[in-house]
Amino acid sequence: MNKRFTLCLLFVLVLVAACSGPAGSSQNAQQGGAVTSIQNKGSDTMVNLALAWAEEYQKEKPAVRLSVTGGGTGTGMSALANSTTDIANASRQITREEKAEADKQAYTAVEFVVARDAIGVIVNPHNPVSQLTMQQISKIYKGQINNWKEVGGEDRPIVRLSRETNSGTHVYFLGTVVRLGNAKDTDIFSSDTLLLPSSEGIISEVSDNPNAIGYDGLGYLTPSVKILAVAEKPGKPYVIPSIETVNNNTYPISRDLYMYTRNQPAGEVKTYIDWIFSAPAQKIVSDLGFVPLKKK
Amino acid sequence: MNSNLTSGSKIKPAERIIIFLVQAAGYLSILYVALISLFLLKEGSPALLSVPLNNLFSTTWYPIENHFGILPLLAGSLLITVAAAVIAAPLGVGTAIFIAEIAPGWANEILKPLVEILAGFPSVVLGFIGILVLSHTFRVYLNLPTGLTAFTGAMLLGWAAIPTIVSVAEDAFKDVPQSYRHAAMALGATRWQTIWTVTLPAARAGVLTAVMLGIGRVIGETMAVMMVTGNAPVMPSGLQAIFMPARTMTATIASEMGEVANGSTHYQVLFFIGIVLFLFSLAINIAVFASTSRRIKHNDRLLS
Repeated sequence: MNKRFTLCLLFVLVLVAACSGPAGSSQNAQQGGAVTSIQNKGSDTMVNLALAWAEEYQKEKPAVRLSVTGGGTGTGMSALANSTTDIANASRQITREEKAEADKQAYTAVEFVVARDAIGVIVNPHNPVSQLTMQQISKIYKGQINNWKEVGGEDRPIVRLSRETNSGTHVYFLGTVVRLGNAKDTDIFSSDTLLLPSSEGIISEVSDNPNAIGYDGLGYLTPSVKILAVAEKPGKPYVIPSIETVNNNTYPISRDLYMYTRNQPAGEVKTYIDWIFSAPAQKIVSDLGFVPLKKK
Repeated sequence: MNSNLTSGSKIKPAERIIIFLVQAAGYLSILYVALISLFLLKEGSPALLSVPLNNLFSTTWYPIENHFGILPLLAGSLLITVAAAVIAAPLGVGTAIFIAEIAPGWANEILKPLVEILAGFPSVVLGFIGILVLSHTFRVYLNLPTGLTAFTGAMLLGWAAIPTIVSVAEDAFKDVPQSYRHAAMALGATRWQTIWTVTLPAARAGVLTAVMLGIGRVIGETMAVMMVTGNAPVMPSGLQAIFMPARTMTATIASEMGEVANGSTHYQVLFFIGIVLFLFSLAINIAVFASTSRRIKHNDRLLS
């Protein structure tokens, strides 16, 4: 909840920053238009990134007012369907149901890959386990491995932590890790998996509890938890997530981060999205612990 | 009531407006309750048609893959509510007895406002205390796999319910006529005997109301529960389930309502859970009403 509060605070600050300063009125006059406001909503994973982009962009273009809110990828996509946001942030691709909703309303959800992210699997620093294969992680989360000694650790029960089901990170982890990318697999998380409402909840429980295993976006991991090296298959090398290992595709749990708009963007929204692909905007991506897009 | 007011001499037009406003406010609250239940029924009852009953009453809750078993959520709510009541009722009633019967005047003046401050604690704050202090302490000293359990939630909710129980139960004790106590004392009863055999039975209905209202507070609580119970939709099996994670109906609605598409099956099921919750608190209210109305009849008999 701490995070929600901070987000609200940041949101207010962005608004204040956007409104304040006499520069606003004079520049509006120069650009010959009223203040444009862009609504940006969705993924909690991306919310810090989206806020940083918005702040930077408004320094360059005070005439554009960006408001950024989180709530989860699902929230952002339904806001796009209800036309209550201009841009939806998504940490996963659009689902079949969401596409059907878009077809029903006769618009196209246009997709932009705006950054990349790796998901780190984390344990308590006191846990001697420091590497796992994807198959082991999958079995742990399906409830087939229940004690740390089965994967080379101490004789302790495993406590599984996950984000809530409305999180894009949850859906991505289910598909890529729990089901190992097999689309026909219908296994789900073991029912005793703790579903925590925020990234901070996972970090604080993992840093406190030597039994816990959790996962979260690279940008959220702190030194108070231990990041595991992950191997794609038994026998393959164990890789620690980092910008290099994500961009050379050796770290197996990495994904693209998206922005969606209703139809092809035009006007200020288009200018904003174009700006996101620029070098200064991509520098913010790496500053926040995400992985910038490779230069084309 | 209206007839009493109008049967007097002429009423000024201004008063007539005020009477109308007060009446309107009263009727509006009835209207609101009716509209809310209608809305709940309208949004939630289609779930019974769109989800097969053996899915709806199964033990797997994983809505993004169309597993809509509400039983673990129901059980989680019940488990936490019962445990919280077991914790809060003796403490709350005991505190009320102390304030009403035993504490000297100056202690009363300190205790009462303190209890009221306790009632004003936002549940997010309680949740924070739960995460930072309780869950860690329980995990270490009770040797649990994790501190985010139903028990942690029940402790916090018990804490949240105590102020409600104390203030209502204390009023019930204050309502017991002084003559009862004097009579008991005159018969040679000690203070403890007076409280246990005279005052408490006489205030029984009020105390019951207090406990029920406390339970009402517990079952509707969301934020603190969502933060400390771990939210794992496990079907409790046996008594040790209290020391395992659980997921409540309120936490489920709160964390999932934001994401669902309007009118989807998941949306309908969440509203169906709302109906179940509504029935729960209705049952509690009816129980309170029944016990208090019986008390009035009982008193009438006693006095006549």
